[in-house]
Formats: sequence, structure tokens, C-alpha cells
Amino acid sequence: MDKQLKMRAENVNFFYGKHQALKDINLDIPANHVVAIIGPSGCGKSTFIRLLNRMHELLAHASLTGRIYLDGKDIISSSIDSVDIRKRVGMVFQKPNPFPKSIFENVSYGLEVNGVKDRQFIEEKVVESLKKAALWDEVKERMHESALKLSGGQQQRLCIARCLAVSPEVLLFDEPCASLDPISTRKIEELILELKKDYTIVIVTHNMQQAARISDYTGFFLLGELIEFDKTEMIFKAPKDKRTEDYITGRFG
Amino acid sequence: MKKDIVQKIGFSFLFLCILATVLFLFVIIYFLGVNGAKVLTWGFLTQAPKNGMTAGGVAPVILGTVYLTLGAVLFALPLGLACAIYLCEYSPKGYIVNIIRISINNLAGVPSVVFGLFGLAIFVKLFGFGVCILSGSLTLGILALPLIISSAQEALTAVPHSLREASLALGATKWQTIKRVVLPAALPGILTGVILSIGRIAGETAPILFTAATFYLKGYPKSVFSEVMALPYHIYALMTEGAHPAEQTAIAYGCSLILLILVLLISGVAIAMRQKQRSQFYG
Repeated sequence: MDKQLKMRAENVNFFYGKHQALKDINLDIPANHVVAIIGPSGCGKSTFIRLLNRMHELLAHASLTGRIYLDGKDIISSSIDSVDIRKRVGMVFQKPNPFPKSIFENVSYGLEVNGVKDRQFIEEKVVESLKKAALWDEVKERMHESALKLSGGQQQRLCIARCLAVSPEVLLFDEPCASLDPISTRKIEELILELKKDYTIVIVTHNMQQAARISDYTGFFLLGELIEFDKTEMIFKAPKDKRTEDYITGRFG
Repeated sequence: MKKDIVQKIGFSFLFLCILATVLFLFVIIYFLGVNGAKVLTWGFLTQAPKNGMTAGGVAPVILGTVYLTLGAVLFALPLGLACAIYLCEYSPKGYIVNIIRISINNLAGVPSVVFGLFGLAIFVKLFGFGVCILSGSLTLGILALPLIISSAQEALTAVPHSLREASLALGATKWQTIKRVVLPAALPGILTGVILSIGRIAGETAPILFTAATFYLKGYPKSVFSEVMALPYHIYALMTEGAHPAEQTAIAYGCSLILLILVLLISGVAIAMRQKQRSQFYG
């Protein structure tokens, strides 16, 4: 790959107890690009991106072999604090999960837990993050209202703003539009295209059109294996593997 | 058609059961209200007892119950909350933790007089606190612990896992996540546990029988090491001791009514707090 590399998975195997959920995954994530991960339910795509910011550590009986690099440094080795990794690699989840706090507090939370005390800096950062997440105009009059009063699409953009506030380098999206209507989905997609100028993005999606619309590279997972990884147009126009072709043409899924 | 009739009879029977239950409740409240209201005057609430418990008021008795209950909550809430947080958030899942859980649940089933004896042996004798507010509060606190722990555990478990994930994914530590996200979200449920336990311990007689309560005390308790008069024990004493059953019985009804109102009042305040907390964000 000719682009500058942001993250890299090398010979990654992952187990839930005795069940092997990921088999020998090798995948390169270039900086300032969107990488989509597609595949049928249970293929290991969500499991995979959760490794990229070490969220798998919350699971009992899980084990991992192989290496995952961020800017050339192995992040799986235990000498690195998962807290530091998660500051650099943010995550947006499948269902919008704003805190039961005000809109402002949702976005300022990440800064506060990371020890930022300067109120003026926090306020500027909150506004900046909400603007970047294309939510500012809709919420600027009601910053101190509960985030739970927002619509689903707005909540998801708030979750994105919440991530941006801690200035991550990589953004992981785990099926971010799965519970949203088409209009909200389009807004999120436009936002992702906008964000790739400043961030490296990995998105898991069920929706192949979505992968085709917004990603530069696409990886196809099946039963815990990475079947094919290539430029998105190659995957959709000229897949090399028969199984990839079967999946994207809807022969199974 | 036949099925329809059977169903109607069934539902009517269920309705009668509800009616009977509600009826009992109203009879109790009415009975206490009618009998208690006779003695319930401003003086009864603000004066100390006079003439060997046959006249005057019960102000120190009310205050005693408030002291004991508050003391018990002050002791049991932080301890119980800490236990619940450890059990829910930190402890490795395994059989030792299961044994701890089962033990806590069993503690809730222990008869209250046993707690009284335990309090006598440990706080009054071993620690040498004597019969006093401190010993009584600690004993009542232990009685309230399993209630507070299990309701706090329930409240903590009910906080969606997705909120914990969101917090951790932003680079928060586990403790920051608990303190800033999980606990605030669980607060309404935790308060419910406190309400329930207050209702329970304010009316308990047996645990304070040997550890704190006395039938007659001149004036008000001076410190946590003073003996104290308390409503439940006072009612018991009025009905079983003394030489003026008629006057004493009237005062006992008055005390019962006050105890009922007190518990309802505390519950009301806590429920209002809980509602406010909830509506602030979920409303």
C-alpha cells in the first residue's frame, strides 16, 4: 500500500473461550482514509474493530494473539495503558448512547476525565466539536438540556462530537447508522466524508451501499476470516474471491 | 360462552382479593387515626412526658427515633453502597462472590431480635459503647445493610452497559466511569433502597430493645452515648408497663400514628427527590 499507514493488524487471532472469532487477520489502515468492514452477522467484523481501541479487554474469557500497530507501535503489549489508546482511537457505537446528562456535559465529559481543568478551553472545544459533528446549529440554544431529548440521529452526532472533543487520531464506527432513519443516515455519511480530512476512519457496516458510498478501502469478513481487502471500487466492481462476489451480489448474507 | 363466565368469575375473585387488602390497610389507618388523633395536639408533639408517662408529650421520643434512624442510614448507606459497587463492578465472577451474595441475602432473613442480641454482645459489651444511640444506630444499620446492598446492586446492574462502554471509550478509567456515569444513573434506584430501609428500621423494636432504648429518660439525649426513648419501644412499654393503662393506651395510639406519619413523610421526601432526579433527564 502506497499511502501512509495509520494502523495495522498483523496475524491477529481472537478467541471467546474456546471459540475462535478471528482467524489470522492482516489488515492495513491508511491515514486519512475511510476503511469499511463488511460481512454477514457473526463474521467477526465488530469483534475486529473493538480490538483497535482495546475494548475487548472488557470481556471475560477473551484472548488475543498477534499484533496491532498504531503509528508503528504495538498497542496490545501490556506496557501501554488502554486509557491512552482510547484517547487516540475513539469509538462510536451501534446504538446512540449519550450519557443521561446535558448536551454540554456529554461533550465536555471526555476532556474532564482526561484532566482538563481550563473552563474556557473546555467551552471552546465543546463548541468546536459540535460544529465539526454538524450538530451545533441544532443545539446551540439548548446546551443545558438533557441529551436524551434529542432525536436518534442527533444523539448519534452528539456521540461523534463527544469523541471529537478528546482529539482522537482514529475514529471507529461500529454500524453507526443501524438504528437510524435514511435522512439521519445520510447526514452521518456526509459527516464521515468530511471527517476523513482530519481523521482516519474505520467503519463496520451491514449496508453494502453505504460501504460503496463512503469508503476508500473495503474488507470483507466471513466466519472470522478476512476474505478480501482492497480498494472499495475493486471490491465492488471486480472482486477476486468468489465468496466476496457472492456476498456483494446478494447471493447470501 | 361458558369460558367467558369462568373468566369473569376469576377476575371478580382477583378483584375481591385486592379489595380485601386495601380494606385492611384503610381499617388500620382509620383505626390509628381515630384513636391517635384524640391525643395528637401541638403540645403532644413538642413537650416531654410528664406524671409517669400519663400526661405531657412525646417530643424526646420522636427525636430519639429520628436520631436512631439517621444514625443507621449514615452508617449503612456508605458501607452498603461500597459493597454493592465492589460486587457489581469489580469482583471477579466466581463462586466466592456467589457465596457473599447468598450470605447478604440470608442476612436479610435473620429475625430482628437476633440483630438485637448481636448488637448487645458486640457494640454494647465488646466495644463498650453501652446502651446508647450509637449502639442502637449501628445495630439498626446492620439490619438495613442487606436491603441497601441488594437494592443498590439492582440499581447498578440496571445501568446500561453501553454507557460504561461510551465512557471507557473516551479514555475514562473504570473508577471515573463508576463515579461520573454509573452512580448518577443508578441514584434513583439507590434512593429507593434507602427509602425502603428507613421505613423498615424506623419501626423496628427488637434491635433497639437491648442496645439503645429506655422507657423513661429525663430530658433529651445529650450525646451519641446517651440512652434514648424511641417510638416503637415506647409503644411497647406503654402497653406493657406502668400503672395507668387507660391514659397510657391513648398515648400509645398517638405514638403509633406519629410513627406512621413519620415514615410516610420520610418516604415522601425521598420519593420526591427520586422523581426530580429522574425527570431531570428522562422526563
